[in-house]
Parts: sequence; structure tokens; C-alpha cells
Amino acid sequence: MRKLWTLACATALMTAAGATQASDIEPAVVFDFGGKFDKSFNEGVYNGVERFKEETGIAYSDFEITNETQFEQAHRRFAQRGANPIVAVGFSQAGAVEAVATEFPDTKFTIIDMVVDLPNVQSVVFKEHEGSFLVGVLAAMASESGKVGFIGGMDIPLIRKFACGYVQGAKYANADVEVVENMTGTTPAAWNDPGRGGELAKGQFDRGVDVVYAAAGGTGIGVYQAAADEGKYAIGVDSNQNHLHPGTMLTSMVKRVDLAAYNSFMGAKDGTWASGVSALGLAEGGVDWALDENNAPLVSDDMKAKVEHAKADIIAGKIVVHDYMSDNACPS
Amino acid sequence: MSAARAPLPRWVDIVLIPIINIAMALFVSGLIILAIGENPIEAVGIMLQGAVGYDGGIGYTLYYTTNFIFTGLAVALAFHAGLFNIGGEGQAYIGGLGVGLFLLAFDSVLPFVFLLPLTILACAAFGGAWAFIPAYLQAYRGSHIVITTIMFNFIASALMVYLMVNILIEPGSMSPESRDFMESAHLPFVHDVLGGLGISMVATPLNLSVIWAAICCVLVWIYVWHTRWGYELRTVGQSEKAAVYAGVNPSRVVVVTMCLSGALAGFVGLNEIMGVHHRLLLNFTAGYGFTGIAVALMGRNHPVGVILASLLFGILYQGGAELAFEIPRMTREIVVTIQGLVILFSGALAYMARPWLERLFAMLHRSGSPAMERA
Amino acid sequence: MPAEQSTTTGNPAGGAIPPPPAIRLKHISKSFGAVRANRDVSLEVAKGSIHGIVGENGAGKSTLMSILYGFYEADSGEIEIAGRPARIRNSQEAIGLGIGMVHQHFMLVDTFTVLENVILGAESGALLAPSKDQAARELARLENEYNLYVAPEALVGDLLVGERQRVEILKALYRGAEILILDEPTGVLTPQETDQLFRILRALRDQGVTVILITHKLREIMDVTDAVSVMRGGQMVAHRKTADTDKEELAELMVGRKVRLELDKEPASPGPTRLLAENVTVTDADGVPRLDNVSLTVHAGEIVGIAGVSGNGQSELLEVLSGIAKPSQGRLVLSGREVTAQAPVHPDEARKLGIAHVPEDRHRLGLVTSFSARESAILGYQGAARFNRGPILDGTAITQNCSSLMEQFDVRPPDPWLRSGGFSGGNQQKLILAREMSPHPEVLLVGQPTRGVDIGAIEFIHRQLVARRDAGCAVLLVSVELDEILALSDRILVMFEGRIVGELTGAEADERRIGLMMANAMDSSEHATAGSTMTEQAP
Repeated sequence: MRKLWTLACATALMTAAGATQASDIEPAVVFDFGGKFDKSFNEGVYNGVERFKEETGIAYSDFEITNETQFEQAHRRFAQRGANPIVAVGFSQAGAVEAVATEFPDTKFTIIDMVVDLPNVQSVVFKEHEGSFLVGVLAAMASESGKVGFIGGMDIPLIRKFACGYVQGAKYANADVEVVENMTGTTPAAWNDPGRGGELAKGQFDRGVDVVYAAAGGTGIGVYQAAADEGKYAIGVDSNQNHLHPGTMLTSMVKRVDLAAYNSFMGAKDGTWASGVSALGLAEGGVDWALDENNAPLVSDDMKAKVEHAKADIIAGKIVVHDYMSDNACPS
Repeated sequence: MSAARAPLPRWVDIVLIPIINIAMALFVSGLIILAIGENPIEAVGIMLQGAVGYDGGIGYTLYYTTNFIFTGLAVALAFHAGLFNIGGEGQAYIGGLGVGLFLLAFDSVLPFVFLLPLTILACAAFGGAWAFIPAYLQAYRGSHIVITTIMFNFIASALMVYLMVNILIEPGSMSPESRDFMESAHLPFVHDVLGGLGISMVATPLNLSVIWAAICCVLVWIYVWHTRWGYELRTVGQSEKAAVYAGVNPSRVVVVTMCLSGALAGFVGLNEIMGVHHRLLLNFTAGYGFTGIAVALMGRNHPVGVILASLLFGILYQGGAELAFEIPRMTREIVVTIQGLVILFSGALAYMARPWLERLFAMLHRSGSPAMERA
Repeated sequence: MPAEQSTTTGNPAGGAIPPPPAIRLKHISKSFGAVRANRDVSLEVAKGSIHGIVGENGAGKSTLMSILYGFYEADSGEIEIAGRPARIRNSQEAIGLGIGMVHQHFMLVDTFTVLENVILGAESGALLAPSKDQAARELARLENEYNLYVAPEALVGDLLVGERQRVEILKALYRGAEILILDEPTGVLTPQETDQLFRILRALRDQGVTVILITHKLREIMDVTDAVSVMRGGQMVAHRKTADTDKEELAELMVGRKVRLELDKEPASPGPTRLLAENVTVTDADGVPRLDNVSLTVHAGEIVGIAGVSGNGQSELLEVLSGIAKPSQGRLVLSGREVTAQAPVHPDEARKLGIAHVPEDRHRLGLVTSFSARESAILGYQGAARFNRGPILDGTAITQNCSSLMEQFDVRPPDPWLRSGGFSGGNQQKLILAREMSPHPEVLLVGQPTRGVDIGAIEFIHRQLVARRDAGCAVLLVSVELDEILALSDRILVMFEGRIVGELTGAEADERRIGLMMANAMDSSEHATAGSTMTEQAP
């Protein structure tokens, strides 16, 4: 058994080494607190880089951090070893990326969810408020009670941005809708606490909520489970999570972090990688609502028409979804 | 009645038992590493090399050690008064808040020579104040300090999130962080200081707060064993009735001790906020407060022991990170498992080997004594 | 060292062939590390006799009995029970061999009834009821046979100390004990209760039960035993028929030198009042008065003894006088300082007023067992200028202080750095006395000064107390040992249930009169409780 493992390992290493030589890039990714298997934000990135690996045969290095200080340590270690490009997942890494990118001006960095203004940094931010607006529309239309719920991870500006877009969407579809909001916790553990997520969801159901949108990383798993248990609707986030509980997963607000990571690696490989800020919204396909065979029966033609209409209006600029982060406030 | 087994020599207690505990932990870790198909010897080698084998590794190790010394001392000091301070995490958090608020207010006004001592004071005051409330409740209202300090950890993180997201956040920032402090308010990095002396060292988060940690060790040692307050503190910890008999007010000792303990834990904030991040942010405590409990336990609540245990944990943290870099299959979870095993064997199971050793030493002693007759 | 062999004693059956001894221990040795607790100990105890084992603390009595009861296994030597070699590895096996033990500290569950306590651990099945019926029948039988009555349905927590002890004896007998070991059984009893216990023991002996009585009170040995063995330094130094020996010989055998049991002291010449209590009441957290309207005075140059069974308010008296507790009502005058509930005195202040306190509970109050002797030797004086240099404790002064106390009071070993808990009881007590006497206090409060202390040290401590009195110190002595009260006191107050129920001068006091005062108080209090009226009855 052990021999087999060793063999497999060695083979993998050899292939990787060979591929690296051919393409001459050594990509790396530094994950956020939630870890690469959070079924959500980090896992989206993981899926993107895995796809890159499959398609190109180029292996990548990765690191999951356990404390704030390790962000900088990880980036510097990767940079020192010649990793290029390096993808930083999450806004918390901005400080680390800024410091290390200055030290290693020849190394390419891609940071997701935050802007770092350096010539060798590519910043990818998303218009989560636009995507959240769409699922808000769907939530309000699917709700029979007129009460929809939102469960965030930690109470930070990014999550308020999700919530704010969601509320606007829900109100757009039903001006009288009531939105119940909860945050899971105050420490990074809040991104990975399905038990607490389930409790909060049940609490909201008890208050009459019948559609709940979770923007809480791994915590969402508990929210979706609770919804499945009680026969309520849940809305996934970041990745397409419709397949988790077909029948109760109303839709997912897809944030294509996988694309961001994949594009960064691919761009570096092809020589098309460019620094600068890209803000990906509905128009760019960076965010969207997910419709597939798992949730198709739940979305009526009426709902579909309305949400597609709203989407077109947003892209056309007829609807402007307020971005919480533009002024740290949400119109109520 | 006396114990049925021979008492152990002191060196066994202080040296041999910890070594056996770590050896057992490493053995079990080795089995786990084997099970995932890696070479345990190589893994230990990478850990040690990564933690103490080059200047950068040493820098990170000592940086972690600094935090553990602060929280370990905090737990140890309280423990001598019979108090179990689980609130190091929250006290460190609020201590950091004190550092941040003070520097945000004064970094452009005061020169470094004034800033440093005043920041230390602000840090101690905030950390101590956070410990004061549970201490007061324990001393005068009978709420158990274990419960209240745990609660205060949660309250601290909730407070920090509220402040960072709503009030202290840098306007226009996506991340809940304050503005950066001015350069003059940074606690110098050790690599910068050494660089100034012509010794080159790679950049690490290690900063001058490590010296403050060493000073704190000496201060705690003097306070606990060489002042009347320390004497009274230990008396309260050993026997509250004896303390009352000796004219000591145990309630006051509880409050004072917890404030000092909280101040010590708060200095994690000095290291992190003034030394490393140079801005106020969330989650910088990263569990150091809880690890401090294990550090104090392992270090037998003595400053020297705390230093040694902090070094060990520093090596585990930094070596563990290196392990995750070097061997892709050694995930974060495996590293945490290894760290957990060391804590388990040297903390919770610290006395597991003791009965065996006692029997062993009793046997050695007996076979060494003449005229032995077996019953 | 070969021990003198005893001849079989106390064989009331008087048969033609004497039965084998109930217990025969041959060459038992047991070491704990470097400490040899038992060295080549041999002992024979005749069936149906009361056999006393005397010896000072640390002489090895408890270890020997623990070996017999299976707590420890001997390193070497043999045990025979009723003529048959036995190996006793745990207390279950000891019980199986018919050995029962009544511990110094009772092992009873307060919230269970007598019956439940008796069957605890000896239940015959999963259901309690059958065991209980059986036990009730058995208890009734034991009651008839030994005149050993305790109400089976009473809660143990409600029983008097003497009754609890009877429950312990019943427990042992219920388990079929034919050999009963009692470890210092009289320490907690009034003289009357002690007499009752001895009657029970004689009845047991007459029914063929073998009784081993461990004690340090020679008077009891003389009163109740048939034979006695003396231990010293882990060895058996003598076996005697009780009829052939006397207290003086036993004391000499125990200590290894001549001991003067009587204390010579001059009559007191009392001076001015140093300590005054007027109608002092101390109420505990539940509102129960622990000290009930107590008035007393102590003058310079006299020893006032407080006699009474432990737990009748003596501890509270010492606490209120030393400032540890504050009076709920009444007033105190300590060296001129008026103390009331509104103006309580702090222990630190009391000490500064010249009141020294040797507490009853030396392990928990008098010293800190985990501290070194030098640290325990400044307990209560840690703030004194002579031990401090600025904010730092003066280590040299502290060590010197301890060395000098140890020298003056012959504390052994004279090692200031040794853990306080590592000293024997007598040496701990000498260290505390030394600490409290060295600042030459005006008032010395002393609680149980010789509890658990060797005879040799008792002699020394008593002389020190008298010397202090002669030097003009006012001494208040609390002790449950009547012998001690009688030997030292110039005046004696008898306490019962928080009240002072009688006063005697040293000259007119004797054990019988004091015992009577306690008994009267007990009767009247039971009477009052039974009649549910709390009217005070004059004793």
C-alpha cells in the first residue's frame, strides 16, 4: 500500500516537473481562512486552478493559512521559490500582497476581492451586489410568506455588500417584502460553522422566513441542510451549489472566482497576463444566477422572465444596484 | 498516609517527563504521517530545519514565541493565585485595540520614545481592564471566572468586529482595517535593527516586542517569588483560608492578579499591532490566548518553563507551516493534528507516564537497597 | 532488633487448647522510597481480645494497619489470619477474611440513612429493597447482641459524632468482621461518648470479636485493652499485658526516653485585662448562630482554657478574636481597641495590636504546605518591615528568621528550604508557635496546639506556653484534649453549641466535672429541641 502511494506520488511529481519545464510557469495559490474545501468561495478558486491543472498538466502549489501573519509568509516563500503567478484568495491578503509584490517586482500576483495598486498586481473584484440583486428577486418571488432571510458569515463590509444587493433585489420584486438578516459570528470560525448556520436558518424559518440566502462560506452547508430538512428554499453562493439539495436549492449566486484564478494562470502561461483592476459584474459574466436541471422545476417562467429582465436592465444601466462599499451604507 | 510509589527526583519531573511526553506525541504523529504515505523522519527534519535551520525560520519561530510567552505568562500568573484565566484571547484582542486606538490618536503627535512606553501602558490598561470585569465578578459576586472569561472572549471579538466594520475602518476600504500607522510608530523589526548593525537577516515579523517579552518574564518572576504581593498571591492560590489568616484580602488579590494577567495577555496586541501589522485589524490573536494555557501547563507556570514551552510551540507553528509548504500532502489539518498531539501529551496527559516512572524508580531503588526479600 | 514476644492474653473461653491467634504478623517490612515505615514488625493478637497499639505519629501504626487492611502490600513478611497464611492485596480481600476497619475520618454518606450506609457497597443484588430488609434484620440482631443501637432510618447527617462512629462499627460487623480495627476512635468523642464506645468494645470482645485499638492516649490503653504493643520508628519495641504495665512505662517505650507527663507550673499571677468579649454572637451564612452570646475575659499572665468537643464554636471564637470573622453582635476589646460589627478588626490589624494566633487547622490556616518553611515562617508577617526591602522581599532576612525560629524551637530538620508539608506534625506546630511567639505578643490565641503532635513535642510546647504566660502574655487555649486543658489552664470555660456553659478554676476542675457540664448542656439542648422551644435552661 505504502509503496503504491510512494510510486503514485513520484509519478505525479515527475509529470509535474516535466510540465513545469515545458511551460516555464510555477503557479501558486494562497487560500483564505475557510480552506480550499469550503464548498464555496475558496473551493471555487480550487476548482478553477484544478481545471487549469487538468487542461495544461501544470501542477501548482497551494497553502492554507492558520493566522494572519502567514499570509505574508506564504506569499514571500512562494515568491522566493520562483512561483509565478501567485493567486491570493480574499481581501484579507491585501496587506501581504502589497508588501511582497513590492519586494518581488518581477513576480505576478492576482488578488481576488480586493484592489492592490501595483504594476505587478492584477486585482479582480466582483459586483456581488448585482448577482445578489438577482437572487433577491427570485427569493421574493418564490416566497409565499413575504419574508426572506439572509445569513452572512462575519459582519464585514463585503458581506454587507451581498446583503445590500439582495435586499434591493427582493424589494424590486416585492416592495413589501421583509428581509431578516443574521451574521454567524465574529471570528473567522464563522466561515466554517455549519452547525450554527443550521440553527440560524431554523430560527429564521420559525420567524416565517421561507427563502434564505447564505453568504457564509462553509457555514452555508448547514443553512442548506436546514432548508432541505424543513422544506424551505435556500440560495447558494459563490459556487453553483444547486446540486447540494435538488428540490430546495432555489438557485445560487455564482461568483466566478474560479474563472479569476483560472484566467490568471492561463494568462501567465500564454503571456497575456496583465496587471490592473477588473471589476466583474453581470455584464462581464463575473457574477450570475444559476439555473440548471437541479433547480429548473423550482423556477417558474414568470420568475425567469422577471429575473432575466432585471439582469438585462442592470447590464443596460437602467437599474443601478447600489454598492454598499461605495459609501459604506445601504439605502433602506 | 504516604504515596504507595517512590517520589521522583526533581530532574525527572522537570526534564525527563516533558521529553517523554514530546517523544510520545512525535511517535503518534509519526504513525499518522506514515499513514498518509510520507516519511516521518523527513517530516521532522523539515519541521526542525524550517523552524530553527535558517535565519528566516528562526525569526518566525521567535515571533510566535513572543506571543506565547505573553499569553503563557498571563495564564501562569493567574494560576498561581488559583485562577484559571481562559480569557487570554479576548484580553489580547482588547490589548491590541488599546495599542491601535492609542497609536491612531497619537502616532503623528508624539515621537517614538514617548510613544513606546505610553503604548505599552495603553496596551496593559486595555488588556487589564478586559480581565478586570470577570475578576470583579468572581471576587465580589461569585461568578466563576472560567465561565466569565470565556464569555468575554466572545464579547471581545464581537466588539472588535463592530468597531472595525463600523467605526475604525479606513474610509473606502473593502477590508475592515484601520489606516496604517505612521512609520515613526512602528516597533522596529529585528531584521531592521540587525541590518542597522551590519548583520543581514531576511525580513520576518520578529520585532522588538520579543525583548519586552523577556523583560516580562523577569518581572513576573520577581513579582511572584520576590515581592510580598506575589507572596500573598501564591498564598491565596494555595489556601484562601491561610491567606485570610495572614491578613490578606483574597478578593483584592484576585482582582489585581487578573488585571496583571490580562495586561500580559494584552501584550500580544503590542507584538501584532505595533510590531507586525502596523494597523488595527481583525483576527490577529489567532488562538494565541488559548495556546497560552497549554504553554503555561507545560511550563509548570514558571517563567523559565513558559519560555521553553513557548519556544517549543513557536517551533511547532513555524515548523508546521514549513511542512505544509514542503510536502503538499501535509495539509493544514495534519499540521494542526500534530500540534494538537503535542498539546495533548504534554498538557492534558502530562502525568500519564508518571505512575510508570514512579514504579520504575521504586524498583531501581529497591533492587539497589540491600537485604531485599520478596514477599 | 528482635521484639519481645507476647504470650497469649485474654482468652475468656478458657478452653483446653488455646485457639490460634486471630492475627499473626511475621517480620513485616514496608518502605516508601527511602522511608522505612515498618521494619521487621511481628505481632500476635489473641482471638477475642482488645489489643492496643500505641506509638507516636510516624511510628508506623497506620502503615501496619493499612497493610493488614490491604491498602498497601508489605515488601516482605507474612500475615496469618486465624492460623492460616493470608495474602491481602486490597480491602475487599481484607473484608473477605473478616477484617473490618473504622477510620479516623468517617467514610459515610451524610445524605443516606443509617441503613443505606450500612449496606453501601455490600448490596446483595441490583434491587435495593431485598438488601434493605435483610440488613434491617441483621441490624436488629447486632443491636441485641452488642447493645449497639442506632435508628436505622435516621439520616447520617443528623447523627451525633458518637452515633456515626457506631454506624461505622455496624458497617464492619455487617460485612462479617471478626477482627475490628479502630484508628484513633476517641479523638472526636466526649468523655461520655468514649465510655460508651468502650462499653461496646468490651461487649464485642465478650462475643469473640477481636479488637485492635490504635491510639496515642495512654489512659485509654490502660482503661480498655487486654494487651498492648508499642511501636517506635517503624519497629515494634515492646509487647505487654496491660495489667503488667503503666502509663509511665508505655510513654517511655514510645518516646525512647523518660518523659514527664505532669507539668510543673507556678500559680498564675493575672495582670490587667488584655482581651474582653461581651455578648459576642457570630452568625454563619445560613443565619445559624455559631457563637452565641459569649462573654469572657483573659488577663495578662494567665492561661484560659476552652474545653469542649470539637465543633461547638471554638473555631469561631478563635476566628472572631483574631479578626478573621467579624462579630454579628456584641463587642470585643482587643488590647484597648474596640471591635464591633460596625467596626470590625482586620487580621492584619489584630496582629499589629499584639494578638498572635496559632490556628487550630495548621494545614490550611497555620501554614501553606506547598511553601518552603522559610515562606511559611513569615505567613501573616509578610508585610513587616524586617522582611521587606522596598518592594522586594528580603530573602536573606527571611531565611535567617526561619533558621533562628527553628533553632529556638528545635524544629527538625532545621532546613528553611524544606517544603512545609514535609515536616512532621509536631515540627510544623513548633514552627507556627515559634512564628507567633517570636514577636512577643500581648495575647496568644492557641487552637489545638498538640493535635497530632508527638509526646516529646507536646512536652516542649506545653512548657513554651507556660513560659509565655509567666512572661505576662494572656493565653487563650482551645483544645479538645481535656488532659491538656487541665494541665495548662488557670481558668477553664466549657463550650457547648456556641455557648459558654460553665466556668471552673484550674484547681477545682477535673475531668468528671467538665464532662458533666458538657453532658448537662447536651441534655438541656436536646430537651429544648425536642420540645421545640428554645428556652435556655441553666446548667
